[in-house]
Amino acid sequence: MALSNVVETPASGFNFENVSRNVALEGLLEGGHTKAPKPMKTGTTIAGVVCKDGVVLGADTRATSGEVVADKMCAKIHYISPNMYCCGAGTAADTEKTTDLLSSNLTIFSMNSGRNPRVVMAVNILQDMLFRYRGQIGASLILGGVDCTGNHLYTVGPYGSIDKVPYLAMGSGDLAALGILEDRFKPNMELEEAKELVRDAIHSGIMSDLGSGNNIDICVITKQGVDYIRPYQESEYKDKRQRRYKYRPGTTSILTEKIVPLELEVVQETVQRMDTA
Amino acid sequence: AKMFTQVYGDNGKMKEYHYTGPVEHRFSPYSFNGGTVLAVAGEDFAIVASDTRLSEGYSIHSRDSPKCYKLTNTTVIGCSGFHGDCLTLTKIIDARLKMYKHSNNKSMTSGAIAAMLSTILYGRRFFPYYVYNIIGGLDEEGKGAVYSFDPVGSYQRDTYKAGGSASAMLQPLLDNQIGFKNMEGVQHLPLNQEKAVQLVKDVFISAAERDVYTGDALRICIVTKEGIKEETVPLRKD
Repeated sequence: MALSNVVETPASGFNFENVSRNVALEGLLEGGHTKAPKPMKTGTTIAGVVCKDGVVLGADTRATSGEVVADKMCAKIHYISPNMYCCGAGTAADTEKTTDLLSSNLTIFSMNSGRNPRVVMAVNILQDMLFRYRGQIGASLILGGVDCTGNHLYTVGPYGSIDKVPYLAMGSGDLAALGILEDRFKPNMELEEAKELVRDAIHSGIMSDLGSGNNIDICVITKQGVDYIRPYQESEYKDKRQRRYKYRPGTTSILTEKIVPLELEVVQETVQRMDTA
Repeated sequence: AKMFTQVYGDNGKMKEYHYTGPVEHRFSPYSFNGGTVLAVAGEDFAIVASDTRLSEGYSIHSRDSPKCYKLTNTTVIGCSGFHGDCLTLTKIIDARLKMYKHSNNKSMTSGAIAAMLSTILYGRRFFPYYVYNIIGGLDEEGKGAVYSFDPVGSYQRDTYKAGGSASAMLQPLLDNQIGFKNMEGVQHLPLNQEKAVQLVKDVFISAAERDVYTGDALRICIVTKEGIKEETVPLRKD
């Protein structure tokens, strides 16, 4: 789909080919007592802040699948281009694939034109794609980057809405994080102060929201480069267990054993010289 | 997807918008407040443990709401599920215990409390108490006893049982460590009190790692013939 953007223009209007197929599938699954597999959501807290020298993005590292923690150290800050990173909340597969697609598109563009992509271009591509899918792609993204026009922070919602903001939080812990940001944000902050603010905002999301937890990742984007600190802060809870749970070899009973020897014979031998000059 | 087939119809042209009639808004009398409970019976002791987090949806109501309630000097009950029903049920059990004591001039035994709870729960068979109960205590001979219930009153006596939101994660671990299941050539050592308390703490640490509704702190009630001792251990707060 990314290449089709560059090579041919898509047919005009909305594409609803898959709607009747989806309805039929839902009916099939409900009738047959099998449930559709639940997509893994990130149930997240992500935040971003624009400061004097660049943009600071932060995220927690917990991915939940319903009420179970599926991944304790998942990476929610995705690489888009050398000067842009994107935090994603919502369905994990959607955020990963959307940001991958965006990154590929921008790489093709910068190879074609010889220029570094601007943040506003990335936002437009994202908005175009998410709006086209009418909210079926459950990705809420915070895109931050530094380009020749300055430091920018944008949010893109799953239905394709965008907003250009100086500070922002998204995900299930967004209200908790926004409380901290609203209280302490000032325009043109120093880098260290901005990092502490984002860390505190994510921390508040982690403590107040059950869908967020574990460690905090921070990504600092400036004109000089990117500092992706993973983890910026590890969770202070250390699970010290009191007993050791190790099993001796032989604890699992072997019921039957069958050994099939693989007989190999040399059929053909070729030698290929490597050029090691 | 369903919305589109209604609005667009089969041939892709927009259908006439028509009013579909009165819409029913459902009110659910239940809500799930999370929490995990665990009980283990030993030779001369019983342990009832629960986490202390009260949650709803993705929010936390309280970090200090233990789910073990002391009933008599020899019995503790752990209740998790819908907090409103937990509170009412424990009030009803307390009242019935007092009535029994006044009529019969003695405290109820653990087995008697279990049988009574079963009838109380089945009395609400068609609008159940949304509570997962586990009773832990000492029986008449002074041996540890654990009784586990379902929301409508089915119960049985066990050696160990986990209930609540992380029960599916804890029960297999207990089957392996206390029941020595799925292991060969391992000595079946009887469980002593110190090892049982360590195991309960470790098992809750694991539950708090992977279950979002379990965490904050762990309250352990150890029932012996000397009385009931309480211990609180911190767990993950995120």
